[in-house]
Amino acid sequence: MPGPTELTDLTIASARELLDGGSISARELAEAHIAAVENIRPLNAYMAETPDRALADADASDARRKAGQAGLLEGIPVAIKDLFCTDGILSTASSKILEGFKPTYESTVTANMWREGAVMLGKTNMDEFAMGSSNETSIYGPVENPWRRDGDNRPLVPGGSSGGSAAAVAARACLAATGTDTGGSIRQPAAFCGIVGFKPTYGRCSRWGVIAFASSLDQAGPMTRSVRDAAIMLRAMAGFDAKDSTSVDLAVPDFEAVLDQGVKGLRIGIPREYRVDGMSDEIRALWDQGLDWLKDAGAVPVDVSLPHSASALPAYYIIAPAEASSNLARYDGVRYGRRVDGDDLTQMYSRTRGEGFGAEVRRRILIGAYVLSAGYYDAYYLKAQKVRALIARDFDQAFENCDVLLAPTTPFEAFPIGEMIGDPLSMYLNDVMCVPASLAGLPAVSVPAGLSKSGLPLGLQLIGRPFDEETLFRAAQVMEQSSGFDGKPGLRGA
Amino acid sequence: MPVDRATVLKIASLARIEVPEGELDKLASELSNILGWVEQLDAVDTDGVPPMASVINVARRPRADVVNDGGIRDKILANAPDAHDGYFTVPKVIE
Repeated sequence: MPGPTELTDLTIASARELLDGGSISARELAEAHIAAVENIRPLNAYMAETPDRALADADASDARRKAGQAGLLEGIPVAIKDLFCTDGILSTASSKILEGFKPTYESTVTANMWREGAVMLGKTNMDEFAMGSSNETSIYGPVENPWRRDGDNRPLVPGGSSGGSAAAVAARACLAATGTDTGGSIRQPAAFCGIVGFKPTYGRCSRWGVIAFASSLDQAGPMTRSVRDAAIMLRAMAGFDAKDSTSVDLAVPDFEAVLDQGVKGLRIGIPREYRVDGMSDEIRALWDQGLDWLKDAGAVPVDVSLPHSASALPAYYIIAPAEASSNLARYDGVRYGRRVDGDDLTQMYSRTRGEGFGAEVRRRILIGAYVLSAGYYDAYYLKAQKVRALIARDFDQAFENCDVLLAPTTPFEAFPIGEMIGDPLSMYLNDVMCVPASLAGLPAVSVPAGLSKSGLPLGLQLIGRPFDEETLFRAAQVMEQSSGFDGKPGLRGA
Repeated sequence: MPVDRATVLKIASLARIEVPEGELDKLASELSNILGWVEQLDAVDTDGVPPMASVINVARRPRADVVNDGGIRDKILANAPDAHDGYFTVPKVIE
């Protein structure tokens, strides 16, 4: 039998093979991962551990496999971002206002995963209400990136908002984790931690039971250590759900089946506007390298223009806060979550919300309330929605001449904890290359492509047409094989 | 447009968020910076462009107008900070 290190170093695909062959059990796999979760506690990646649940899930999984009823994620130990409501298990969006909240229902995406046999290790830390790019706004404190710079022991951010998920996957403390992406919250932490992060098309995964941030942008997706694993896991997560009115009633393809179809003849668009100021030379070089890999595999490069790219980030920082201010109005201290008493109802609301929301969430709610308020709605919100339409049109036009877009995921690598948190506008720049695809609802994936001079992982991003995740997976698979990325962080669970 | 203390207080009141007196100046300056930055959108020509209303162009399908939930009072009240006799409670609203 493989030892604990080998067990936690598996992928979903390789674990599936061993489980199918009977050389390991789901219980052994779960036990190795429970130990790994304990070992990485200093990273603060999990905010709730569920070892008993994991063992029970694993035993049930072994029984199902024996009965010949194995699902797509049968016996696979996974972590769930704290944004997903999980029945009877702490679900707080890493916010004080949801302190102690244990839902009495299960999100559709996680229910789908349990139905497919996944084993739950726990919930992962995140930026409060998914608002952040460094996982420093969580009520549970910052998550540390398991990677360190060469010769520099300062703890680094894992990215955000799905920072706990990214750190746990990279540190071998789960085989995969769920993330959610509103403006880069799957892709940016995946890039910072050297893993694969896949944001599907808006509507592919149900948002039911996922604590809402900005409803026209939020989308769940897999965070894994290989492209194949992302394909396996997305298939298990996705699907039409009548409980989410924006869920799309389309058959979920077998993404894994198309992985090895290659990119011969595929047209790869290089959006010239993504050569933003502040992008490091090595990220530019990596971008060129990524294109060479795809060309070597038979793809054809195409220069494309997305003229409104520079307007995406400011439009996002009107639209997302506007939606957040509306969505987060529900936290009133009456029906669930934290309550702070007041002399009257209004004071109770104001105190509850004043104490319950952290600085970044408060800032965004106030921005949202401002841009939606009488007299400013047209100038800010309506203007941003018009710009958003132009951004979506840019993509439509680009996809007339290409099949997939290639760009870096982030303009820079992971940075030390505390370095940017005091400067919101600089922090927002983390997502400058992720936000446009979010605004247009497009599928996009970050694939680890190499290490920087300081020894940190860097990611490249592929963006596809709506509901054409299959082409994205094909291109991502070529990128992964060509890069041969096999870097492991210094801090691991086993 | 720069945001002053009075504006912060006004939107904080609209948003039902109590802001401590000592944080008003800092918030005013942060919000002014962010709003000043997003105002670069003014330079984008959006004449005749309809605002985006739907992210993905797929027809929504209506659901059947039937009762498909209910009878879960205790589940709904399970997380209430202060529930009594099957009800949520709030501070007295009517004298």
